[in-house]
This record gives sequence, C-alpha cells and structure tokens, in this order.
Amino acid sequence: MMNRINTTFSALKSNNKTALIPFITAGDPTLESTLPTMHALAKAGADVIELGVPFSDPMADGPVIQRSSERALAKGMSLKKVLALVAEFRKDNAITPIVLMGYANPIEAMGRQAFVTAAADAGVDGVLVVDYPPEEADDFSAMLIARDLAPIFLLAPTSSTERVQAVGRLARGYVYYVSLRGVTGAGNLDVADVASKVAAIKAIVPVPVGVGFGIRDAATARAVGAVADAVVIGSALVQTMLDAPPTQVAETGGAWLAKIRVALDQ
Amino acid sequence: MKPYDLPDARGHFGQYGGTFVAETLIQALDDLKAQYAKYQHDPEFRREFENELKHFVGRPSPVYHAKRWSDLLGGAQIYFKREDLNHTGAHKINNCIGQALLAKRLGKPRVIAETGAGQHGVATATIAARYGLECVVYMGSEDVKRQAQNVYRMKLLGATVVPVESGSKTLKDALNEALRDWVTNVDNTFYIIGTVAGPHPYPMLVRDFQAIIGQECIAQMPEQAGRQPDAVIACVGGGSNAMGIFYPYIPYENTRLIGVEAAGEGLETGKHSASLTKGVPGVLHGNRTYLLQDENGQIIETHSVSAGLDYPGVGPEHAYLKDIGRAEYVGITDDEALKTFHDCCRIEGIIPALESAHAISYATKLAPTMSKDKVLLVNLSGRGDKDMHTVSMKSGLSFYCHPECELGRHAAASPNAEQIIKLVKG
Repeated sequence: MMNRINTTFSALKSNNKTALIPFITAGDPTLESTLPTMHALAKAGADVIELGVPFSDPMADGPVIQRSSERALAKGMSLKKVLALVAEFRKDNAITPIVLMGYANPIEAMGRQAFVTAAADAGVDGVLVVDYPPEEADDFSAMLIARDLAPIFLLAPTSSTERVQAVGRLARGYVYYVSLRGVTGAGNLDVADVASKVAAIKAIVPVPVGVGFGIRDAATARAVGAVADAVVIGSALVQTMLDAPPTQVAETGGAWLAKIRVALDQ
Repeated sequence: MKPYDLPDARGHFGQYGGTFVAETLIQALDDLKAQYAKYQHDPEFRREFENELKHFVGRPSPVYHAKRWSDLLGGAQIYFKREDLNHTGAHKINNCIGQALLAKRLGKPRVIAETGAGQHGVATATIAARYGLECVVYMGSEDVKRQAQNVYRMKLLGATVVPVESGSKTLKDALNEALRDWVTNVDNTFYIIGTVAGPHPYPMLVRDFQAIIGQECIAQMPEQAGRQPDAVIACVGGGSNAMGIFYPYIPYENTRLIGVEAAGEGLETGKHSASLTKGVPGVLHGNRTYLLQDENGQIIETHSVSAGLDYPGVGPEHAYLKDIGRAEYVGITDDEALKTFHDCCRIEGIIPALESAHAISYATKLAPTMSKDKVLLVNLSGRGDKDMHTVSMKSGLSFYCHPECELGRHAAASPNAEQIIKLVKG
C-alpha cells in the first residue's frame, strides 16, 4: 500500500507545487470545532494536516500552542479522542494525509503498539513525536513502518551532518526542519539561512523537506516555499482560530489558509 | 553483586533515563556529554571543584550522632549527614559548583535554572555571582508567591527571577520554561539542572557531583560509628540528595538504601508526590521514569507540605534501583514530617528543612524496631530557615508582620487586592 503522504508529495512534485501543511491542536478552541476545521482546511488547499495531540507539558512549544493545549485538555481532549476524530474525518475524506504531532507520554500511557494499531485503523498517515529523537525511536519507528505509517522527524539548525544522515535513514513521509532556534511560534526567521540549510538537508535526505516554526503569514510562507518542499504553519493559524467567533472557527481557519495557498502558488 | 556501571553510553539505566528531547536540544546535550567526558577525570577540574567545596561550601560536612533522640527511641543509633551546614543551607550547592565550572570551561556567559522552593535557584544565583555569570531562574508563579523570601535572596545575588504562568505554575512548568529558554539561547547559555532528572547526561553528572556526600560518609562512618550503617535514609523529590548519598553505598550490600517520598495528605488521598510508590513509567523532561499521571498520560498535579519534594517525576536511576530491588522507597505524610520537624528542633537543637524532615521521620519509625547496636545514617539535606513561614502557618501561629505586610494581607482579601499590593510596593 502507498502511504497517502507519498502519494500527495509525488503529485505535488509533478505539478511543481509546494505542500502546505497547517497545524491545529485537536480540541481547540472547542471540541466540536476540530472536525469541521479539518474539512475546511482540506478544502482551502491543505496538502497534509498536522493534528496536535495536546499534552500537559509541551516543552518544545511557545505560548500560543501551550495555551491551545491547555484549553483542549481542560475541555477533555485525549489521544483516544484524537484518534476517534481522525476516523470520523476519514468517513468523508480518503485523500488528505493526517499526521499526528505530540509528545511521547500519552502514547506510552496507551501502549506504543496499541497506539500504532489504533492510529493505523483510524486512518492516520504519519506520526511526529517531538520527544522521540532517532536515538530513542528505533523500535517505535519499526512499529509505525510495519503498519505503513510514516515516522516523521525534526531537524534543527544545530543538527550535525551525521545526524541529518541518521535521520535520513529512518525518515519516511517527510522531515520537518525547525527553521529557527526556539520554540513554536517564535520570532522572525532568516530566509537566506533557511535556504542554505534546507539545500544541504535535501542533498542528504531522500524524503521531502518541510519547514516550520516561525512562519506566520503569506509572505514568509512564500519565501520559505521557494526553497522547501513543504511549509508548516501552526501558531499563527491557531491564534487566528482562537480570535474567530466561536461559530465560525472552521470558516475563518479555512479562509485564512486559502490566502496562504494563493501566495504559495503564485 | 556485579560491578555497577550505569548509565550506559546512551544514558540508560535499564529501561529508564535516555534522551527524550526535541532535536533542537540534541547538539547542546552532545556538547555537554563531550565536555563532561573530557573534564570528569581531569585533575585540574577535580582540584578546582574540591577546592571550591572546601573553601566556599565548607566541606566536608560533619556526620553527627543524634544520641539524645536515639536514646529516647531506644533502638538503632541515628546519625545525621549535616548537609544543612553547607553554604546556602543545603546540598544543592555541590552540584551547582560542578555545573558552573563546566559552564566556564564551555565559555557560556549565561546560566539558567529551574527552581521549586527556591533552594536550587538560590544556589545557582550564588555561584553565578561568585563566577560573574548572568543568571536567570525560572520559577512557577505559584511558587513565587509561596517562597517570596527565596525570590528576594536570588534578587540580592543578582539573578533575574522569571515567574512561569503556564500549566500548573509550579516546578515542572519552570523546568519546561527553562528548556524553552535553552533551546532559544543555546549558543551562549548553560542550563544548570538542579536534580538527577532531565535528559542524559544530567542524571549522571548531577549524581557524580552530589556523590561527594556519600563518599565523605564512607570515610566518616567508621570513625564516628565504628562501622558503615545498616541503612542510609534520604528524602526523594527529584532525588539528588538521595542519589548523592546512595551512589557510593551501592556496592555495600549490607547497607539498605531507603528513599522517602512525600506521601502528602496520605497515599490513598491522591494528594501526594510519591512518584515511585504510586506512579507508572512514562516520559517527561527528557527521560523515562516513574511519573504521576492520569490514564491518558497527562501529568497530574502533586502535593507536599515540602515544596522541594513536590514533583511528579523522579530521577531515572531511582526508578532503576527500585526495580532491581537495590533501594526501597517509602512514604511519609505532611503531618508525620511536621511532627518530626518540631521534634528535631526540641530534641537535637537542629531546625531541619521540611524535605529532610521526611527522611528523619522514617528513621525515627525504623529505629525502635532495631537493636541498639544497629546504625542508621540520615541525609539531613538542608536547613529549615526557608520553612519558617510554612511551619508557623501550619502551627496556627502568626509571624510578626510589619505594617506594609499587614496592609498587604488585608488587601489580599479585598476585591482590588492586586492594585493595593502594587500601591504598597510602590
């Protein structure tokens, strides 16, 4: 079976387009808003959707995603409910790849193999566990790959060439290059610096390279899109959805992403 | 017992420990591992470390026979390792000196730390002042309110204290925020972690710097008690004072190692910090260890009268020592610790930290069950000056409060409390 992520990137490549990957936290701003927002994002041109699994201690996230996780947990969101959301989404959308992004402990509490089985059954396509770097992810990656799920890894400006090579051997789907030294949603990124780093990574890693952390508007998305295979946008979208009237979260999120799509395709 | 040589090269103690962090921190941890490997056995580094411990901290700390109390209990003889006599009032300074010396050698002009009660923050601020390093301490905003005196001590020492407003606003959130700072400022910043937790190599290097406690005991006990102890007892929050005294005793098979966790209002109430007794293994703050968590893997809030034990995880080496049966872990409640606190003041003339009172409390339970020729060694990890406010409140006493403070107290009950407090502070 061909993973939906690979199918999506192949199609984009033949059309010479950059992938647009929005991130939202499952269950925020409300439990009910997430499913319609996922459909709205797909309709607005999302090529992959990263669905954040909220955790009580999101140590790699900036204030916007931290608060977002806190709100989602306060409303009762859990890993089990995230998987149920994906299964529900798959009833109406068999194409858009879904990547779960989160931290190790909720997965360990469920049991790693039980999680992989449930995620595959629900229709998840890739899993990015922020605190499973390659050296701690051998067996988990093997479990994912056995069910045709892509283990997605982060690369950082500080990653050595040896590490980029190691990640390149393990990675499936795409790699996620963290464009600056900091947490999600942090300050301004240096596009020229990102361009040279991404070029170096692309020379080593056989899967597409996405760039995220610090991309907040159409202009930065377009600039980064010129050098990367995919652009990931999280904090700015989460904040936009939070600021939207509670009944129009999905529409507002979709409309916001559509503008980024237009800029990216210019 | 086969030789104990952990962690392995990847920082694992059996299934515990490891490097569970985002890629953004890996390079900094690799640098730290390499530097520590370089200086760990470097004679010049060891000499500087030992010199600081001797002249700045006041080591070796004494081993003291609590004879009056032992006689009253009528059983085993209780000895205290007096870490409370160290400069800054606790064992925390040992580790801070070791890490600050590494920071200097790495050429990092800025150090950061997390703190709960403020003891590690004060120790870090102290050593940063001594070495002329910039110092930023992250502290949960709840703890800032509860530990105002330590906040002021840190400011006196020139540190910047940043209140953390995320999550439960306590120690675990301060640790998250310190990790976020480190990711952002990794080029010029050294993160001085205060306990034997966090990603590899922290559990190992904090243990190594604290092992001076147990090493001294091994030399002092034959002199003081005529032999090595039948049991070594220490309180466990993150577990650095316990690891420091346990580690050199691991090969001494006739010496029991007993860690005392905070049972808070009782292990059955759910309001405690007993990760090893009541937790299940999981991943938090860079390592796999026992954690207090809900069925969905979310970390839950902990409770203890002693802020220094109020942490939902525990050092991974303790998790390993528990599983292999080399160490045993028990709980002491808030009430038991408070009673022991007062007893220790009255019987021995020593005001212990509430953390240490947990360890002493268990020793006073155990001693009467043993014969008079048995020996218990308790790590008296810190002094209780910082706990005056907590203990007096718990005892129903009101401290002397100067007029501005009185105004603040009345203000706290009124609707415009925040505004009035601001006015008072000017």
